[in-house]
Amino acid sequence: MSAPGYLSAVLLGVLGTAGGLAGMLGWTWQLGLHEALPAGGLRLAMDPLSGLFVALVAATAVPTSLAGLEYARRDGRGWLVYLGFVGAMIAVPLAANALTFLLAWELMSLASYSLVLHRGRSDESVRAAWVYAVMTHAGLGFLLTGMLLLGAWTGSLAFADWRAAAPMLTPTARGVAFALLALGFAAKAGAIPLHVWLPLAHPAAPSHVSALMSGVMIKLGIYGLLRAGLDWLGGGPAWWGVAVMLAGAVSALVGVLYALVDHDLKRLLAFHSIENVGIILIGLGAGMTFRAAARPDLAVLGVAAALYHTVNHAAFKSLLFLAAGAVLHSTGTRNMEHLGGLISRMPWTAAAFLVGSVAIAGLPPLNGFVSEWLTFQALLHSLTVPRAGLNLAFAAAMAALALTAGLALACFVKAFGITFLALPRSPAAAQARESGRPVRGAMGLLVLACGALGLGPTLIVPALAQVAVPLVGAPAPPALGGGLTLRLSGDFASLSTPVVAVALALGVALPLAGLGLAGVGRRRRISETWGCGRLVQTARMEYTATAFANPFKRVFDFFYRPVRQLDIEVHPESRLFVRRIAYENPIRPLFEEWLYRPALGVLHRSARRLQAIQSGSANAYLLYILGALLALLVLR
Amino acid sequence: MLRQLRLAWRTGVVTEPPPGQTEALGAELRRLAHRRFGRSLHIRHVDAGSCNACELEIAGLAGPHYDLERYGLRLVASPRHADCLLVTGPVTLNMAEPLRRTYEATPDPKLVVVVGDCGRDGGIYRGSYAVLGGVGDVVPVDAVIPGCPPSPRALLAGLLALLGRLDR
Amino acid sequence: MESLLAGLLQAALAAAAAPLLTGVLRTLKARLVGRRGPSVLQPYADLRKLLGKEPVISPTTSWIFRVTPWLLASTSLVAALLVPLVFTRPTLVPAGNIILVMSLFMLATFFLALAGLDAGSAFGGLGASRSVALAALAEPTVILAVFALAIRAGTSDLGGIIERLAAEPAQAVAPGHLLALAAFFIVMLAETGRLPVDNPATHLELTMIHEAMVLEYSGHYLALVEWASAMKFLLFLALLANLFFPFGVPASLAPGPLILGVAALAAKLAGLVVALALIETAVAKLRLFRVPELLAGSFALGVVSVTSAFVLP
Repeated sequence: MSAPGYLSAVLLGVLGTAGGLAGMLGWTWQLGLHEALPAGGLRLAMDPLSGLFVALVAATAVPTSLAGLEYARRDGRGWLVYLGFVGAMIAVPLAANALTFLLAWELMSLASYSLVLHRGRSDESVRAAWVYAVMTHAGLGFLLTGMLLLGAWTGSLAFADWRAAAPMLTPTARGVAFALLALGFAAKAGAIPLHVWLPLAHPAAPSHVSALMSGVMIKLGIYGLLRAGLDWLGGGPAWWGVAVMLAGAVSALVGVLYALVDHDLKRLLAFHSIENVGIILIGLGAGMTFRAAARPDLAVLGVAAALYHTVNHAAFKSLLFLAAGAVLHSTGTRNMEHLGGLISRMPWTAAAFLVGSVAIAGLPPLNGFVSEWLTFQALLHSLTVPRAGLNLAFAAAMAALALTAGLALACFVKAFGITFLALPRSPAAAQARESGRPVRGAMGLLVLACGALGLGPTLIVPALAQVAVPLVGAPAPPALGGGLTLRLSGDFASLSTPVVAVALALGVALPLAGLGLAGVGRRRRISETWGCGRLVQTARMEYTATAFANPFKRVFDFFYRPVRQLDIEVHPESRLFVRRIAYENPIRPLFEEWLYRPALGVLHRSARRLQAIQSGSANAYLLYILGALLALLVLR
Repeated sequence: MLRQLRLAWRTGVVTEPPPGQTEALGAELRRLAHRRFGRSLHIRHVDAGSCNACELEIAGLAGPHYDLERYGLRLVASPRHADCLLVTGPVTLNMAEPLRRTYEATPDPKLVVVVGDCGRDGGIYRGSYAVLGGVGDVVPVDAVIPGCPPSPRALLAGLLALLGRLDR
Repeated sequence: MESLLAGLLQAALAAAAAPLLTGVLRTLKARLVGRRGPSVLQPYADLRKLLGKEPVISPTTSWIFRVTPWLLASTSLVAALLVPLVFTRPTLVPAGNIILVMSLFMLATFFLALAGLDAGSAFGGLGASRSVALAALAEPTVILAVFALAIRAGTSDLGGIIERLAAEPAQAVAPGHLLALAAFFIVMLAETGRLPVDNPATHLELTMIHEAMVLEYSGHYLALVEWASAMKFLLFLALLANLFFPFGVPASLAPGPLILGVAALAAKLAGLVVALALIETAVAKLRLFRVPELLAGSFALGVVSVTSAFVLP
């Protein structure tokens, strides 16, 4: 039963991609089901921005559903929820009023919640699902409040009416609405400090679902921010953009720093989702700031960079999650310290993970590099906006983005190197087997996507700029070069990834051919790894993920605040004979300790205080009702 | 920092002009090594159980007075990078296998040069329960530089002589 | 077409001259400690010999290990097509700018670190971990330092920066400019593995950074790795020389300016190499965990230089 389910998800993905792309190219439509429900009924509408996100969700669902097909052979449950999850994510960007939006949003949250619980026999997934449910509903609370307030102020729940009425609202009202909506959407996007659910929930879900959650679900938070900040409320003062940009800078840095010291393969990827959402927010914030500074031409650049990175992250992150899922299925562990040597046992998966790593680390000529380059250029363009305060924010974002790129590279050297190279660190890793054809096909599709998105910026950036133009109120998209070269603002900056790719290939091929013809390296000898003459090489001599990350732990110890726990058990006869040494060096999570624990403490204490009125006596409750009625009467 | 540089300035180059014989050999080395090793010989030092006297002399080789590097000779950190193994000491039982593995790890073409009397045949340690014998009992040897320990100048002369033998 | 020729010409020039630069530095350093030292052409002899040797490969390694040296060579060649060495606009087409150049170096670092992990030896892992830790701090600093110049020049194109800064020599002593220079210089030491960050002549595995990653390479693979690091050294020095002292870099391919450009670059590089030799003779290597402090300091300098480029007129 599950196979047809996943096949129909593939079909849904293909159709959705086509529809979404058509929407991007101008196939706009509206659909209303007025009688069905109160509050405006269900209403859908397609515009270029919706089309982009529909296409993004649907296109990502194709490979993940293919992978689901394989996993469903072992565990057939959950396909209906999965289908509902995909459908809801397609419906969210199409929603044209608050009711439709919130219904689709909640359906998406509930479906992903139950998918997180899918293998929920362990305490870990139950806790993950619980934290996820709480956080996502806290976010929903913000959204609901924001949307109801907007509805009250504008007298309608249709987004089109908000758009029309937004300019008439007071700046304070618009600011309040933006803050509430932004908090709600940021919680879904996983921005710091609303990220706590993400590293728990994403790894707990089955891998093809993790790929969807990290690849596209959190992007709907970005979609919401775009809609709220630029469309519904029609743009705002510069502080909106600056706040988004700085939140992005912090998310990017904090996400990558946590990823560096986490050795659970899927959790590491989840932390990187936080980082990439941060990068997207930097671009988006830059766009919003430029718009507020009356430079719509530059705003297009910032928003296009954000959209580009959104698309790219969907491609490489779902690729990485599928590859990590293949490793998990084959070895039964996500702990990198028990992996290693998989490149010879799972060559396809290793190659796919390598492509994903190069892409996410922002290395040329793949897609992650292009969107990071574009984001950098958008930030750099702030030199044409002579406002010192704004420029400082841009400089901070630049510094954060540059540092993030460096740290992400280090993290993926660790992720790929420890997981796939050298000798296996456990019997499970030594007996790993390559995954089946559907998963390999799914990864292949995503590898192609990463390549195409990297090599085709001259086609993609203008298309994304076209989507961004109505959002930022620019008259027309800026000139972006053409052919093979992307050009920004005349000779300000240019990039041609196809030329770089060809040059790199020639750079390998020419020396290879030249030295080969000269007869160099024709003979070679295989001999064990040099280890200063030691007798056997074992996996215990390899560098571990912990050791690899240790320099970072020391450099950033003000952030990690690691604790050293040394536990030495000695022989009862003499201290000098040691039986066992246990060493742990865990980090202390900053946000949990400083934000969530105090907040939960306050909640618990006030709940305990309120317990006093929960006497359980019916008479007391009747008294409360009487008091409430009287109060209402008096207040009327 | 400035004091250091001033010292360097005042001291100048202190590398000793090689004695007549070695100078000749040095020129010869340049000619011969030009064919075989392209004027570049990288050396990996292996201590197979030495008393460390030879090590002190080898260390002197790299210093300013003898300056190995002027001939394109250099001590390197890995046998993978080396063209020549410079082995000291009698081969102890525990170091025999590591020595064999180091030889195995060195890419061809390669040379093995034994430094000191111990390496030749076990020297004063011959017959010890812990000693296997000379280096030649474990890996093929190209040259022996005798002495207990040989002086840096003798080492230099020996290395150059070896490269002369290669030609024949 | 002219810029294509120019690009190929200067890439060939850089490829040929890179080992010489390393050789000159080694000889200079030897003279400063009282040794006669090797010939300045010694690196060429080393490379030639390595090409003729048989590589030994560990059975633990994968194709990553064998592909990496070629990729290192390729990235440094492509970078040599992009960095203005003897012309301001050498590129094949306007293919990119400092972000691309740095990303190419990062690509090389990425694969070299993987190759270090590939053989499964403790040294390789140690070198990989350390080198990416340094690169993670160094690469952003380079980008920021060059951005500080880009903001003043009003373009992020490397050739454009040089042309515009050369037209306004007063900029060269602007405070933001000097801060960026300091940041770039410190990071250049780290990225090219010089003292006080890394000791290129060390034999002691535990103090190694770059060397520890390449301990497993031999034969022509080692030759490629060594040549690529000499290229990186040359390119970094040339970037520093041309961006911060943007004089005498011709914009055209005529023979006169060409000779001038080569001579100017040679003079600037010679000055920098002498400075490096003096520094390397006079300072000791820093403890490994002091190095990040140095780099964090230079990162802060980079941030300040960008900020001042924005704020100061």
